Amino acid sequence: MTAEPQARRTPAPSSTYLGMPKFQKNAKAKLDDPQLRKNLRYATTTIRAKRAERVAEVADWEELRQAGEAIKTRTLRHLDTYLAQLEESLTRNGATVHWARDAAEANQIVIGLVQAKGVDEVVKVKSMATQEIDLNEALEQAGIAAWETDLAELIVQLGHDRPSHILVPAIHRNRAEVREIFLREMKQYGTPAPEDVSDSPAELAGAARRHLREKFLRAKVGISGANFAIAETGSLVVVESEGNGRMCLTLPETLISVVGIEKVLPTIADLEVFTRLLPRSSTGERMNPYTSLWTGVTPGDGPQEVHVVLVDNGRTKVLSDPIGRAALRCIRCSACLNICPVYERVGGHAYGSVYPGPIGAILGPQLRGIETELDKSLPYASSLCGACGDVCPVRIPIPDILVHLRHKVAQTKHVPKLEPTAIALAGWALSDYRNLQFLERFSTLAGKTLSSRSHLGALPWPASPWTNARDLPVPAQESFRQWWKNSHKEGER
Amino acid sequence: MPSDAAGPRVALFATCINDVMFPDTPKAVVTLLERLGCTVEFPLEQTCCGQLFTNTGYYDAAVPNVRNYVKAFESYDYIVGPSGSCVGAVRHQHPMLADHSGDAGLAKASREVALRTYDISEFLVDVLQVTDVGAYFPHRVTYHPTCHSVRVAKVGDRPYQLLSKVKGLDLVALPDADQCCGFGGTFSVKNPDVSVAMGADKARNVRSTGAEYLVTGDNACLMHITGLLHRERAGIKPIHLAQILAQTEAGAR
Amino acid sequence: MNAREEIFSRIRTALADVTEPDPALDVPIEWVYQRPTPMADVLDRFVETVEDYKALVVRVPAAEVPTRVATLLRGAEVSSVVLPAGIDPTWRTAIVAAGIEVREDDPPLDRMELNEIDAVVTAAAVGVAETGTIILDHAADQGRRALTLVPDTHLVVVRADQVVSDVPEAVGRLGASVAAGSPLTWISGPSATSDIELSRVEGVHGPRKLLVILAE
Repeated sequence: MTAEPQARRTPAPSSTYLGMPKFQKNAKAKLDDPQLRKNLRYATTTIRAKRAERVAEVADWEELRQAGEAIKTRTLRHLDTYLAQLEESLTRNGATVHWARDAAEANQIVIGLVQAKGVDEVVKVKSMATQEIDLNEALEQAGIAAWETDLAELIVQLGHDRPSHILVPAIHRNRAEVREIFLREMKQYGTPAPEDVSDSPAELAGAARRHLREKFLRAKVGISGANFAIAETGSLVVVESEGNGRMCLTLPETLISVVGIEKVLPTIADLEVFTRLLPRSSTGERMNPYTSLWTGVTPGDGPQEVHVVLVDNGRTKVLSDPIGRAALRCIRCSACLNICPVYERVGGHAYGSVYPGPIGAILGPQLRGIETELDKSLPYASSLCGACGDVCPVRIPIPDILVHLRHKVAQTKHVPKLEPTAIALAGWALSDYRNLQFLERFSTLAGKTLSSRSHLGALPWPASPWTNARDLPVPAQESFRQWWKNSHKEGER
Repeated sequence: MPSDAAGPRVALFATCINDVMFPDTPKAVVTLLERLGCTVEFPLEQTCCGQLFTNTGYYDAAVPNVRNYVKAFESYDYIVGPSGSCVGAVRHQHPMLADHSGDAGLAKASREVALRTYDISEFLVDVLQVTDVGAYFPHRVTYHPTCHSVRVAKVGDRPYQLLSKVKGLDLVALPDADQCCGFGGTFSVKNPDVSVAMGADKARNVRSTGAEYLVTGDNACLMHITGLLHRERAGIKPIHLAQILAQTEAGAR
Repeated sequence: MNAREEIFSRIRTALADVTEPDPALDVPIEWVYQRPTPMADVLDRFVETVEDYKALVVRVPAAEVPTRVATLLRGAEVSSVVLPAGIDPTWRTAIVAAGIEVREDDPPLDRMELNEIDAVVTAAAVGVAETGTIILDHAADQGRRALTLVPDTHLVVVRADQVVSDVPEAVGRLGASVAAGSPLTWISGPSATSDIELSRVEGVHGPRKLLVILAE
């Protein structure tokens, strides 16, 4: 870079995901934050109840999930066919298609397109793909201000923060915190928040409306992602609530959509399945307030220059694992986050990436590769309770994929030091009943020695992870096997 | 009501944790099934479902468990275990592990044996077609539906059907019953802080019921919740569903 | 290899296990498309679900639509309105007669000008009873997308014969518009957010007031 260091255009995020420690460490820090626990508990229980109510209204919900699964599976197993068709349809309708192998390439394409328009700011619709490639920071480095326009993303951006949820990125903030952020930050980047703004969500939303309106009316370039890309027609679809998406998709002269290659759907008819699955699963609404569909350039309506950047960034790696590839069916609804008892207690930041929760624990390590301490810990960030798999609208077997990835982690060199030894010992003990029978002599001896008590309290390592907070029952004085043999002697098995 | 007619021959899958730590549970299954006319056998070759290894990522260590299981149980029409989790692992994970081993014979056999494996609540309600097993348990209890019994074995409301017919039993609803207790096998020691945070909420909900007993169909989860309750000196006693169903009025006298 | 070629090559390598070239044979889809959802009364349900989003809905005989358009606008204290070029001329006459300033979008108004206008009145393409959704395909009686976005009040007239039971039927009806390249805007209530403590607030960037006339 030859440019002089210059002042930032947008609020700097507080931290980076790079080099995040493993999940256990992050989780412990989050568990110690009572305000966070309270915010998360309230939010997740509320949204769970809403989802359950709206899903119960749909008589054919299970059939609908199966349809969603089948359509996505078909698409992924023939992704090259559908992507070629998508590209052809987009081009035919006046859009320009770009391909990006990785985040750096995608960012470079977007920066080039924005610079070619001679502007130094863009308005953005909430998009997981652009978060994943950290587009905002790449634009900032290039001297381009990217304004997030979704209310929650605005709270995160102005709060020098990172998103902690796919759908409600500021779920970890309460209204008082939001008010403080708006009062402090809005005036530095545009229309200030009214001095007397209260902490009512309605007033805070009003402040966001005023703050962003001038940016919408001024922006020459809009940047979006897409929830769905229809191969047959070349249509992109964005699902949203506030109208900020419509603003970004409609008012600027140029629209750049950054879309993961797995977002393609074969036909327009398939929309009937996904527009029923998504809102009920994510916000717990029958339908989200706004869904926009556009097909390349519409003469006289909206952006007259339309670009679509199709991004791989690890997706083909995920695709190459026949079991793990089901994670690419994800439609980013967040139902698995909201239902997850682990997510509820630690929040999204503990997962150390833009994809938190159960889906993040299977998608992140696959997209990035199982290399860092964090990515090796994520598949274990689950009690395997299975609630995520039950609510997933496209039936991703999240618990099975977690186990599958644990198997991959266990094959790497850097598992906890004594784990393979412990597993080998237990494996020996349980590989043959005679070994187990032999060991039961010791367990029952311990049971007899400790017969005055039912439980043991705090013990030193290696029992300490259990006994720091939980008592441990003492083993039985007679194993079931011993009892059976003693009481069923006469030739019974 | 139970009949005295000769019932089916049943192989008891005791599970390793019950064998070593909680033998009263498989004993209760024997008592209960024999009372209902079944012939119960305990194939000694059995060890463990292998879930501990599978769910920690060590498939190769789990494969011998699949072999043991098939060997121990393949000659039986009914294999019954007092654990939704272990039964769930047999049905859901054994075929995958057998495939992983590359042994086609094991893959086929494990699928067949899995189909004949039942959780005790399923065996009673679906095979013996009985919900009133003649049990008597004059206590206030609350039931925690463990995750694997609900979402892997899919026992549904069978435990509630069985408990509702127990004479003298006062079943109190557990708030947030469908939430995981945080045990999760090796999760409980690999992520102890989150595990305990989840367990603490479960324990609080259990205490709020004022029950004398906490009932589950899985002793491992019960051990985790009870470990927390015991540390707090909460005085709520753990009990497995089978042990309630095994008790009769005659036995209580 | 350029990026495109490399991504396609990666995909083909990743899918080495897929041997059936025909997607439909490889993964059958059991779903039956465009099935109606059974319900007692489609129009009643439509009114109920739209009202659920805190939109105002009135059921009006077709002949009374022009008058009701004008009275609803006045009730909403609207003083200026933009009309798409293809709007029913009788609505325009009634609005003018009510003393409301009418702005034409010809030549197209810029976004600053649109921002100064109180309301927009449009027709619709489809109404969806089960979800309370109104779908615009931006035909001449609905105008380009910005018209129904920037003004703070949107009055939309949905004909009874445009209302279908549920999303599958709606998508079926819209196939031709999409194939012709028309954009679609699906509107379910006024703009809203639940981003702060999941507390729903109606009215953010899109129109904060949605007025619906169901013409029977």
